[in-house]
Amino acid sequence: MLELSDVQARYGAIIALRGVSIKVSQGELVALLGVNGAGKSTTLGCIAGVLRPWQGNISFEGASILGKSPEQIARLGISLVPEGRDIFPSLTVEENLRLGAFTQREKSEYRRKLDEVYDLFPVLKERLQQPGGTLSGGEQQQLAIARALMSSPRLLMLDEPSLGLAPALVDQIFELIAHLHKTGVTILLVEQNVDRTLEIVDRAYLMNTGRIESQGGAEQLRTHTDIEGIYMGVKTQPKK
Amino acid sequence: MVNLEFIINTLSLGSLYAMLALGLVIVYGILKLVNFAYGELIMVGGYTMYLLTFYTPLPWLTVVILAVVAAMLTSLFTELVAFRPVREKSLTAMLITSFAVSTLLQNGALLIISPRARAVTLPQIFQTSVMIAGTSVPWRNILTILTCILTLILLTLLLRRTVLGIALRAAADNFTMTRMLGVPANTVISTAFAISGIMAGIVSIFWIGRSGSVTPTLGAPPLLVAFVATVIGGMNSLTGAVVGGFVYAIIISLLGVILPPGLVEFREAFMFAFVILILVFRPEGLIRSKTSVERIG
Repeated sequence: MLELSDVQARYGAIIALRGVSIKVSQGELVALLGVNGAGKSTTLGCIAGVLRPWQGNISFEGASILGKSPEQIARLGISLVPEGRDIFPSLTVEENLRLGAFTQREKSEYRRKLDEVYDLFPVLKERLQQPGGTLSGGEQQQLAIARALMSSPRLLMLDEPSLGLAPALVDQIFELIAHLHKTGVTILLVEQNVDRTLEIVDRAYLMNTGRIESQGGAEQLRTHTDIEGIYMGVKTQPKK
Repeated sequence: MVNLEFIINTLSLGSLYAMLALGLVIVYGILKLVNFAYGELIMVGGYTMYLLTFYTPLPWLTVVILAVVAAMLTSLFTELVAFRPVREKSLTAMLITSFAVSTLLQNGALLIISPRARAVTLPQIFQTSVMIAGTSVPWRNILTILTCILTLILLTLLLRRTVLGIALRAAADNFTMTRMLGVPANTVISTAFAISGIMAGIVSIFWIGRSGSVTPTLGAPPLLVAFVATVIGGMNSLTGAVVGGFVYAIIISLLGVILPPGLVEFREAFMFAFVILILVFRPEGLIRSKTSVERIG
């Protein structure tokens, strides 16, 4: 479904990606793991069209999406929930959701999606007329995911959805991701929380300094890769 | 001193300045560009009125509508040919471009029409007054206030009830995120420039309704007023633009009454002293964005 081959990107003179090749198939839940600065968010930015790689190719459902604008890529069904959530603080919760469905022009479909999102996130229904900026961190994260779901994305990309959330909320978010995966949504997940992530994903890529260090199924990565080595003490519970 | 006439005059001036500031801020909010060619849109509106009243027998209402349309089309056209090509480059490039557009439009008017002022024939209603509670109030002022109220209502409806309007407000919050939801950047920016042009067109009617004539450099004073009003009110908020416009009008009107006759001609200097004071105590302007809710009217 999504394929990146030898994608290289840089910010000015700083090289952020040194040739990243990843694949996500229809219905898969794939994680991109790695420390800060490994190039995970940059990879997502390249896919979403916010950053332009200077080498390599990105294709979605067989066609190259390289050089397309963020709005064109969104219309293809790729939806990014950025790190830091980026909800619209001055818009009400309802308006945030309405914009999420911008590409969805069918009114009945919009209503159906709205009901679906209210089921998943009951708290949002209580806050419909409240400005997004007044929500708590956890509620904002739910709103950001809900907004992305409003467009019925074919590929959902989540950038560190558990960042800065209380432990109980982190559990909720991971349960939600697993649930979405079960309902058939294709997901590319960027996370720092390695253990929790490996519990729910089909496959994962491990990134380090702009490269894919290793890849494979969750078990394979856990046993055959020096995750601690790559995280260099970032992990709190070492595993044998 | 502060009587009904004074209040209505100040409200009318505030209405004019509020609409003026709104047109500048709607583009600034999204592109962070202070469009220095904004004043020239008012000039375009003015010349449209001059040409149509001088050369055609069109009724005044048609003339006014066409003036607004001309300002809007000019705004859209400048965005398309001048701002869009440099948009990806840098903000400085856009700022310089706006100066270039401003100069080009001014010189265009100089060459095609004349460097001298052209009188615009105003309809009867702009010269008559009505008696309200024993004071004579110019119709022009009442019309300005009513137009401002109507404009604010329509703009509020557009920004709150339509998807495009919500997208405009979202773009002012976070443009990249708005695009990532599938909202085309060009649509949002064109809409902002169209609204900006419409505001300039409406302002041109009443600005020229006050002076009665149009010159190629007509755009400079209203641009300055709009800029100062938005700085007072807060550059990132539409509410701020409206508040700033009215605060500007109230201060300048009060100065006209309070200052001794010999100093009245320096009231702009006093005005800017006030602006500096406001900025010392509230550098972000009176209305802050992000934390406060974006609402107009």
